[in-house]
Amino acid sequence: MSDAADPPITLYRLQACPFCERVVRKLDEYDLAYHSRFVEPMHSDRNVVKRISGSRTVPAIVDKSTGVTMSESANIVEYLDTTYGGDH
Amino acid sequence: MDLGFDVVELPETDHPTEGDHAPDFTRPLVTSEDWGDASLSELAAEGPLLLVCYPMDGAFPSTYIWNELRERAFEQYKVQVVGLSISTPYEHMAFIDDREIEYPLFSDPQNAIAEQYDIVNDLDGMAGLSEPRPAVFLIDSELTIQYAWVASEWPEFPEYDELEDTILSL
Repeated sequence: MSDAADPPITLYRLQACPFCERVVRKLDEYDLAYHSRFVEPMHSDRNVVKRISGSRTVPAIVDKSTGVTMSESANIVEYLDTTYGGDH
Repeated sequence: MDLGFDVVELPETDHPTEGDHAPDFTRPLVTSEDWGDASLSELAAEGPLLLVCYPMDGAFPSTYIWNELRERAFEQYKVQVVGLSISTPYEHMAFIDDREIEYPLFSDPQNAIAEQYDIVNDLDGMAGLSEPRPAVFLIDSELTIQYAWVASEWPEFPEYDELEDTILSL
């Protein structure tokens, strides 16, 4: 499978969640391909996110190229800046 | 079944059939937990696949079709069962929970896949809405159709025994 069809980054997001869109803007800024998985709006039913990140909050990302799984938009933005921004 | 009156006949179609290439498509694929874009070809690459086109989630034929497919459990024969309707991802999630469906469902609210497959069912009395007519396509990893059944009456249900025989002969 090509990289375009199977990008290393998966973004767990909730439709219309501004914190998620903040991460999307950052991914776009660094021209990073990502696969979106939209999750259940009901927090208590969001077990898929809990399984991957240990928490039910979104956004959450999984970056297979670095092995990082992370929640909280501020943390994710900082991670993306550090990993993909600047001279990288 | 003799009802003593005529049922609705659906017009002839030019849908793909046995030996034809199944048109590939990408749409949100919904599970009980989440959804994301997926293509028919990437699913088929994992092994033979039964694409089940069905009416809106909540229509009685949809309930009948999924109850039957759950009972038959074709996954035991190493066939992936995948649904397709015009219902949105949120409706699919509720339908999956209500009917205890173990299979992922494609969401195609604009009904473009049904157009691609020439299996559109224009719904009388529902302005601006159309959906796929009931149809099943058994597709191999090369996206070649091994078995096709498309409703020619409304309502009409898949020939499950014939389908199962074909699956067993794969």
